[in-house]
Amino acid sequence: LVSSGGLKMSGGTRLENANPVIFQRSGERLLTASEEDEDVHDPIDDREIFDILSINDPEHPLSLEELNVVEQVRVKVNDAESTVGVEFTPTIPHCSMATLIGLSIKVKLLRSLPDRFKIDVHITPGTHASEEAVNKQLADKERVAAALENSSLLEVVNQCLSTRNI
Amino acid sequence: MFPSAFFFLDRRLSLTSSQPHTRARGVQLLSEVLHECYGNLTEREVLIAFYENRLKDHYIITPPVLQGLRALTKCTVLPPGSAVSMLRSLFQDVHVQVRLDSVAASRFYLKIYPKKFLKGLGADFVFGFVQSMDGERDPRNLLLAFQIAKNIIHRGYDLGKFTEELFEVTSCYFPIDFTPPANDPHGITKEELIEALRAVLSGTPKFAEFLLPLIIEKLDSDVQSAKLDSLQTLTACLSQYEHKDVAEFLEGLWTSLRREVFQTSSERIESAGLAALTTLTSCLSRSVLNSDSEDSLSTFLDLVLKDCKHHLCEPDLKLVWPSAKLLQAACSASNRASHIITAAVMPSLIDQYSSRTQCSHRRTLLEVVVRFIQSVKTSQSSENEESVFSAFRESLCSMVFSALSETNSSLQITATSMLTSLAQQTGLLLDSDIELAVDHLTRLLLTEEDDRVSLAVVECAGALAALHPAAFITKLIPRLKTEIVASEQYSHHAVRQRCLSALAAVSTQPSIVRESTPVLLEVLSSAHTGNLVGFSVEEVVLACRSLQRIAEQVQDTEETGQCFHEVIIPRLLSLALQAALQGLSGFLSGCFHVVRLAGQTASRAVSLFLDGDVSFLPDNSFPSHIQLLKQGDSWSQSQMVCLLMGCVCSLPRSVEVPQIDQLLSQLEEMSCTCSHPLSYTSAAKCFAGLVNKRSQGDSLDSLIQRTTKRVCSELDSTSSPVRTQAFTLMIWVAKALLLRYHPLSTALTDKLFSLLGDADLGAMAADGFSLLMSDSADVLNRGCHADVRIMYRQRFFSENSAKLVQGFNAAPQEKKPNYLKALSNIVNKLPKQETVLLLSLLLEALLCPDQGVQLSTLSCLEPVLINPPPALIQQLEALVSRLLALICSASHGYVRIASLRCIHALSRFPEHEILPFRARVLRALARPLDDKKRLVRSEAVQARGEWFLLGSPGGR
Repeated sequence: LVSSGGLKMSGGTRLENANPVIFQRSGERLLTASEEDEDVHDPIDDREIFDILSINDPEHPLSLEELNVVEQVRVKVNDAESTVGVEFTPTIPHCSMATLIGLSIKVKLLRSLPDRFKIDVHITPGTHASEEAVNKQLADKERVAAALENSSLLEVVNQCLSTRNI
Repeated sequence: MFPSAFFFLDRRLSLTSSQPHTRARGVQLLSEVLHECYGNLTEREVLIAFYENRLKDHYIITPPVLQGLRALTKCTVLPPGSAVSMLRSLFQDVHVQVRLDSVAASRFYLKIYPKKFLKGLGADFVFGFVQSMDGERDPRNLLLAFQIAKNIIHRGYDLGKFTEELFEVTSCYFPIDFTPPANDPHGITKEELIEALRAVLSGTPKFAEFLLPLIIEKLDSDVQSAKLDSLQTLTACLSQYEHKDVAEFLEGLWTSLRREVFQTSSERIESAGLAALTTLTSCLSRSVLNSDSEDSLSTFLDLVLKDCKHHLCEPDLKLVWPSAKLLQAACSASNRASHIITAAVMPSLIDQYSSRTQCSHRRTLLEVVVRFIQSVKTSQSSENEESVFSAFRESLCSMVFSALSETNSSLQITATSMLTSLAQQTGLLLDSDIELAVDHLTRLLLTEEDDRVSLAVVECAGALAALHPAAFITKLIPRLKTEIVASEQYSHHAVRQRCLSALAAVSTQPSIVRESTPVLLEVLSSAHTGNLVGFSVEEVVLACRSLQRIAEQVQDTEETGQCFHEVIIPRLLSLALQAALQGLSGFLSGCFHVVRLAGQTASRAVSLFLDGDVSFLPDNSFPSHIQLLKQGDSWSQSQMVCLLMGCVCSLPRSVEVPQIDQLLSQLEEMSCTCSHPLSYTSAAKCFAGLVNKRSQGDSLDSLIQRTTKRVCSELDSTSSPVRTQAFTLMIWVAKALLLRYHPLSTALTDKLFSLLGDADLGAMAADGFSLLMSDSADVLNRGCHADVRIMYRQRFFSENSAKLVQGFNAAPQEKKPNYLKALSNIVNKLPKQETVLLLSLLLEALLCPDQGVQLSTLSCLEPVLINPPPALIQQLEALVSRLLALICSASHGYVRIASLRCIHALSRFPEHEILPFRARVLRALARPLDDKKRLVRSEAVQARGEWFLLGSPGGR
């Protein structure tokens, strides 16, 4: 899927995009009265999926939201039909991390959503040089599964999914 | 004693033996003798020569030899040159490889002590020391060695040509990487070693030329703790250095510091980097300028500005913040630095602000400016000096006022904090600026609907009013008064609310309080007479709260104290009484909080309640002889007793309450007979509050016994109409006595335990334990000067936990939940060590079907799980399966959430303990991912995510 060779992220390494544009974080979701009412069924909605995706960028101590890689308008969920679609936008068209970011998003959703959901993760059309190839990789169940067998790749994905702390 | 005779005798006996152990025993004996009689030794030269010679002997003999030498160094006068020769022999003949603890310890000990002789030894001593600590690995010896090295540096030994050697031999341990072995008996921590080494390395500027390159190199490390240690060591040494020590490394240091802040992934490293930059800048600022030398401060700041300033022009990019932080760190270092930096960045920031059109950009710029202003605040030392920002006053003011006039709420909020910071710059703002600011704040208060903005505005008004009261007295308060009181049609609830809280916020100075409290009182009395259209109960409460807040925050002067006691409180009581007589409700809860503050009014309040004395109240049109504590016809009068509680129960214990016996008996009567819940509960609380403070003795005991008897007889007759009242009085009196460790409390708490099985009162009794164990807000707390002994909860628990467990086991199945509920109420309030004793009962309680029990059990389990006791780890199987069962089956969302939090907390247990549960937990947590409640799902997502990371590469 991705070669794990170019993925070393340490203090001394050169960043591909050292000074990216940053975007404001949307605030915490406001609690509504119906969410506290035991009798009401809350459907899974776009915002909920978006909140699940507060993932760290592998390059920056910033979340994908702050880098505008993931936006709420590009997250689509249909609870009744059990489908989720997420479009993500790499910060630069040649970002070599695109596959890794997509993989992290996919893994996070696999871990966080009920089994019944069909998950589709792909690049926002027209925002990456090798868009088609990356999308194809992310859609291929077997290749995703194989990628996660690779322990050094899994390590980077897990780091992205760890809650921020040092 | 004849030491020399003894010495020769001893030598003949054992010191010539062929067995090293025997020789060692001989030397040991001699050394011990010397320790006893070093004061009157005459043969010091002989002894020293003997001991120096013994050092060449077998290594087993070394420890007693060192002991002896130590005894000799205690002599007040050593023969000239002997110290030097002793140390030479030490360095030559004692090998560090002899690793007996006592050897190392006494060797180093020797060196710390006779320092008075050692300066003469100079560089030789340093060299000897360097040689002897070379290659040391034992943390105990290292700690000692670092301390000695620090002493060598601090006491001004001549390091001579061995400076570099001393540096090398210590710095090779930098940065310290040491993990103490488990069960380490010596208890030396990594932090101790770090601190000790840091003290050595930063001890002298002579190390600068070696240390700074080393730090620059170590900062490149991938290990976070090494980076942090390097930055902190840098900060420590820079505070000792002068500019010439750092001059040639400035560029390298700056590059490293910039990189750490620009690319950091950790806040601790970022702040350590910023702190180092501040220290570096202030180090350069201390330099004295010669006419021919270059100004290293401005050279350095040019470097900083060159790399950072241009990022400030890109408010949408990531590096704007790291750059601003770096500049601000430099700016806060000294007055000169702040002048240089602000002169360079402020014009362009101001320019940017006016040319940018996007709100988010302008907000970022504004926040950057605010931080600059705040960073200077801390460094401003002399008061009469002109503010760094004087040159920019006009532009900054127009910037802040234009931001306040924007419609974007986050811009407005940032602008209020900028206004506060500007006002705190001494002598910066002119009176006209303040007046304009007050106009803006008033406008926002009256018109702005956004809660966050009005909160920020109120806060800003409070801060400004403390510094510039005059403008608020002449402008803000009259305007608010008109708005609250006069205008009827336009003013509505939210505006009044904001005005009331603003009045409270600005009243920090006595001069403002003089103007603001009459407004609040006027509001209260007009609310009463119905003069204000649509004045709600909440507004009355808010007005009272504002008065309370003023009383708490205002400077405690005689004037304000008198104002409260003579004017405000009688007025409030009078209003409350009027309301009661007219049957109006809603006034009491507000008044209560203000009345509490009024110690001096207590005696008047007592005579009002007991004797119906209304003479001290203003607007006196009350009927004489009203009887507030007698069972009257209306509860609106009887509930006035809560004001009495406010007055008398908050008095210090030393103040005598007048007519206390009569008061107590009327309160008891009222609490046992009245049918209005607020009235009888308040009477019971007031009674309890007074009992808690009565002095020990027969009169107290007989009072308690009388009350106990009355309460118990009511409780024992199941047909009594006032059982609830009796129960209420019992529980409050029990609490009052429990708090002060009164022995008679046991009768009442035992009664409470027995009521757990009662058909009607069982559930109330279980809840009663929560009342016993928690702090109550209005009475019987330390704020009311109640007699509260420390650890009363633990004491209650240890005396009664057995009773509870017994009761639980003996109770019939349908009564068991009451016991578990009582248990969880008690345990909830205990420190977690105590909880551990009850683990098995808690696990039992998780199986109880009562939701309340489940929830409170889970909430006392969760903190225990953060730092799990070993006993808990043995019961993991039971814990995990019960939690998972609750997650899937609990009918109430809060129980599922609490169980998920516990499961989440379990993921931080030692990995090898919980790894066996991973697959099972992950399977079980798949189900709550599809829970019907979103809040449950989000807890499940977090918990499952953590369990996935467990045992996975890169996870944990």
